[in-house]
Amino acid sequence: MPQMGQDLEELVVVKGKKFFISKEVDLFFTGLYNVYKFIGHFFKEFFSLPFEFKEIINQCYQVGNKSFLLISLTGFITGIVFTKQSRPSLAEFGASSWLPSLIAIAIIRALAPLVTALIAAGKVGSIMGAELGSMKVTEQIDAMEVSGTKPFKFLVVTRITAITFMLPILVIYTGLIGMLGSYLNIHHNELTSFPAFLNSALKSISFLDISASIFKATIYGFTIGVAGCYQGYNATNGTKGVGRAANTAVVLSMFLIFVEEMVIVQFVNSIR
Amino acid sequence: MVNTEINIENTAAVISIKDLKKSFETNIVLNGIDIEIFKGENIAVLGRSGSGKSVLIKIISGLLKPDSGIVKVLGREVDKLTEQELQELRLKIGFSFQSSALYDSMSVKENLAFPLVRNRLNLSEKDINIAIESVLDDVGLSQTINQMPSELSGGQKKRIGIARTLIMKPEIMLYDEPTSGLDPLTCIEINNLIMEVQQQYNVSSIIITHDLTCAKTTADKVTMIIDGKFLVPGSFEEIFNEKNENTKRFYDYNFINKK
Ligand SMILES: Nc1ncnc2c1ncn2[C@@H]1O[C@H](COP(=O)(O)OP(=O)(O)O)[C@@H](O)[C@H]1O
Ligand SMILES: [Mg+2]
Repeated sequence: MPQMGQDLEELVVVKGKKFFISKEVDLFFTGLYNVYKFIGHFFKEFFSLPFEFKEIINQCYQVGNKSFLLISLTGFITGIVFTKQSRPSLAEFGASSWLPSLIAIAIIRALAPLVTALIAAGKVGSIMGAELGSMKVTEQIDAMEVSGTKPFKFLVVTRITAITFMLPILVIYTGLIGMLGSYLNIHHNELTSFPAFLNSALKSISFLDISASIFKATIYGFTIGVAGCYQGYNATNGTKGVGRAANTAVVLSMFLIFVEEMVIVQFVNSIR
Repeated sequence: MVNTEINIENTAAVISIKDLKKSFETNIVLNGIDIEIFKGENIAVLGRSGSGKSVLIKIISGLLKPDSGIVKVLGREVDKLTEQELQELRLKIGFSFQSSALYDSMSVKENLAFPLVRNRLNLSEKDINIAIESVLDDVGLSQTINQMPSELSGGQKKRIGIARTLIMKPEIMLYDEPTSGLDPLTCIEINNLIMEVQQQYNVSSIIITHDLTCAKTTADKVTMIIDGKFLVPGSFEEIFNEKNENTKRFYDYNFINKK
């Protein structure tokens, strides 16, 4: 995990006061164990009835609604900027016509999943941490429990499910918007027609690229959901704890997304 | 207030606790709690901050598990129930939280509808609306129906929190510090509401408080947690008098030092 020393305490639910090895090492492993249990709890509740369908739809809408504008904007800008920055290098080799292929590979394989996941971590993950955190410290979660609704299922399972499902969709959308930005820039400079752009872009990406990106997006979505909900659901110490939960949710999920990116890229390249 | 005849008539206790113990690691919080609460009876539980008052009612509603001892609510042992049975039992227990615990993403109406919509699947929207209006009327806040919790005052939040539990027609009410953080006039209103609820819904209540006025007005019996144990419950006058060494300081502080 990314932080050290004192910050590490915020990542975990502290259980005992006596330490086996040292405070940091113990906290790291109790934290890991708690997250593991949390994920186990998620799958247990996910497969048990009743399926909170209505609330999942509501949460999907929230995810889309909260991140749509920001993702549109960043996706579009990413497409334009990346095209602009790549052009001189390719021109040096007289390979400007490869621009659409290069952009397609960069956006579909790497940029769309990463940009979308980072935006979602910042926007949706932090809201999850803050919302659940404030529900926890103001006893709303207890209130839900005593009124006959399982809060873990109603609040946590629905949120994690929603973002895991929505992130691939958002990634596809970011990819399209990024390609659009890139096309507009290329059309403006190289006067490439849309069919020609599309043709050379599509030729360079394979089915494996697209499915790998969707797979990555699912993993990132799940990571953001678990990090946000875990931090929020285990928030303590009043309003200060809520801020911490939101903050740690973002930092933790961003860090994990990069680690996962590295592992998945290694894996996909080995089967390519 | 309810007189003692009713207690004699109803021999089965609504809540019965025997030798309840609860610790958090090395922190011994409850160390042998015994009590019986009968139908229609209000009992006030006093005690210093951190003496385990909230822990006690969280155990009664199954939010925390006891380490040892017997906790029976409406004849059922709370910590022995299956998840399903516990959920059903909980619908008969109203819990008024210290922080009111209104769902702040929902309007007053949605807050009140939530327990009904989730637990009474056969009710029509019309039935639900009628129930909401009636319970809002009971707590005197009909005009707030479309407001968000953030727009309500502290006292109003408490009332809506109580209304949200009353809508399930509970047999037991647990109030966690219902008057803390409220001005004296609002305290009186909440005290009156607690007594109205007792009469109108015929509930038994545990009222956790450090507010002696609240205890004196709302409770039939008073007890106090000291070192993890209850004093023998008695009337307010029996528990708080000059001769009772355990409570004298508590009493002096509340009534004399404030003058
Ligand atoms: N979930 C918990 N985990 C660990 N300790 C707790 C927990 N809940 C309460 N405690 C501890 O139990 C003691 C009693 O708490 P509480 O019942 O909230 O006091 P109060 O009488 O003020 O309501 C406190 O020392 C508190 O720190
Ligand atoms: Mg308390």
